[in-house]
Amino acid sequence: MPTADYLPRHSLSHLFDLLQQHGYRLVGPQVIDGAILYRPLTAVDQLPSGTEQVQQPGQYRLIQTDSSRRFSWANGPQALKPLTFTPRETLWRSQLHEDGSLSFHETPEPATPTAVIGVRGCDLAALALQDQHFADDPYYRQQRDALLLIAVDCSHPADTCFCASTGDGPDAKAGHDLALTELDDGFLIRAGSERGKNLMTALPLTAASHASHQQAETQYRRASQQQRQLPTFDPAQLIHLGGHPAWDAVADACLSCGNCTSVCPSCFCFSESEVPELDGTASSHQRQWDSCFSEGHSYIHGHRFRPDTKGRYRQWLTHKFGSWVEQYGRSGCTGCGRCISWCPVGIDPLQVLAQLGDEPPTSN
Amino acid sequence: MTHPALPTEALILNRIQETEDIFTLQLRLTDPAQQWRLGIQPGQFNMLYRFGVGEIPISFMAIAQDEQGQSVLAHTIRALGRVSQALAALLPGDRIGLRGPFGNGWPLQQAEGMDLCVVTGGLGCAPAVSIIEHAFANRALYGHIHIIQGVKHSADLLWRSRYEFWAQQPETTVLMAADVAAPGWPWYSGRVTELIKRLPLNPEHTLVCCCGPEPMMQASAEQLIRQHVPADAIWLSMERNMQCASGHCGHCQFGADFICRDGPVMPYPRLRDRLGLEGV
Repeated sequence: MPTADYLPRHSLSHLFDLLQQHGYRLVGPQVIDGAILYRPLTAVDQLPSGTEQVQQPGQYRLIQTDSSRRFSWANGPQALKPLTFTPRETLWRSQLHEDGSLSFHETPEPATPTAVIGVRGCDLAALALQDQHFADDPYYRQQRDALLLIAVDCSHPADTCFCASTGDGPDAKAGHDLALTELDDGFLIRAGSERGKNLMTALPLTAASHASHQQAETQYRRASQQQRQLPTFDPAQLIHLGGHPAWDAVADACLSCGNCTSVCPSCFCFSESEVPELDGTASSHQRQWDSCFSEGHSYIHGHRFRPDTKGRYRQWLTHKFGSWVEQYGRSGCTGCGRCISWCPVGIDPLQVLAQLGDEPPTSN
Repeated sequence: MTHPALPTEALILNRIQETEDIFTLQLRLTDPAQQWRLGIQPGQFNMLYRFGVGEIPISFMAIAQDEQGQSVLAHTIRALGRVSQALAALLPGDRIGLRGPFGNGWPLQQAEGMDLCVVTGGLGCAPAVSIIEHAFANRALYGHIHIIQGVKHSADLLWRSRYEFWAQQPETTVLMAADVAAPGWPWYSGRVTELIKRLPLNPEHTLVCCCGPEPMMQASAEQLIRQHVPADAIWLSMERNMQCASGHCGHCQFGADFICRDGPVMPYPRLRDRLGLEGV
């Protein structure tokens, strides 16, 4: 019996219906404010249609075409990270009682089962990195365990993308429940988990034609030929190249704005802060995304270890591409290219890495 | 869902002004179910929380018993930032929150049967006092105890009477240094590394606990190695911004290490190639 692995374009709504019948809230890509954003949706026609992109250093533009494709773009500024690592959340609350005593309470908020449609390979790989880092973080785990992931292989990588060279794309490689390959008239579909397999049995699938498989293969080959590639460098040496002139040049350009860390799907830093109630009887202890580019990130009783942009940029790059390997067994970069597109001055970290890689290893 | 480190209430029993800006809080944990937190080891730290203001990491200084035989936890703090200044305003009877203990402390077991050499600088002496007190409380477990304390200015010296008391104990050497010494300073005027040279060390049987500014720790470690102390017998207590204390918030990263979780006490060979690197 031939494998049922093809979902005609007009049947995509069956997948939406099926997921909603299973009680999932749907989150997927939509064109909002001139960008692709992942937001709750209920119907296929909320997805982008014929939308393509131009991404360049410091540039992100959508282009409208008359194609009926829904996923003919690379990515938007965010995808999965805000769903699992909440940008701002309360960790616990404290209460001051009349007798002066204090009590502390958790603030559990049950997570809604959520199916995310249109997840990219780069973002699945970054999610796996966050899974490692937040393995024993109950707030993250609660949101993470509520996710069902429906990937769509990337057919239109941007000029800023380099997932092929990091080994994380352009197709969905691991971590998805279902993965789709969008073709002109429909989708090839494959399961990545038992949950995905079960969902497939309830979809009106047919056997894909030989021509469909060929189209998918050509598309994959083309999407893998990306302009940008990770240069060669020694991750263990990066932290020892502090005196390299490349840092001065990048620090002159960098605004220390933190856009790169906000859009990075693997960046995990957060700060904790206190939000007292106006009546003075209770206070919320919150966390929110932080950035190693912020003034306070390296602050310690009257001293900052990284007082200038040069030190902060160096921390970001040497952590992402160097220390991360030591921490979690691989680089913290999955090639999504967001830090290049969303940098207001168009800094390309691959160029900085290439300059650093040219430096012969220094001895200690 | 249970948060692994929800704070517990602590009652301020006493507040001691040590110097103009350094003070010690003596605390009792009010919840009988939370007394396990008193298992804190020398070199570990707690997150101290002032209601409505926030938390800071403070290393453990000592545990004593009060008249009723209850355990009293002591934390020594310098009032410098927003939270530490709010903690400085507390009075006996006030309540704070406490999470911990966190991190790895001094290698107490590895130190057993060896001479102890405790080298500290400035307020680095607070976490080191915890191991000195531990060693005197378990005196038979350790050989000679060397204590070197350095301060920037002689007026910064904390716990002078304690050092004078230790200096009178058998098998104990106490050496003090001030970079800038006021008239009447009876000890050495200069750097701690000069004092290390004077120590009658038995290098193969000495474990070093070092705490203070990084350049001072680095210079001390290199001097000790020149005096044939094995590098892996030298332990440093590191410090970085810490907000979560569970290795997640990212602020305390020192290269690949999360100081709150992989430290704060770490063996010198693991730190050696990163110490002194600008911005790390």
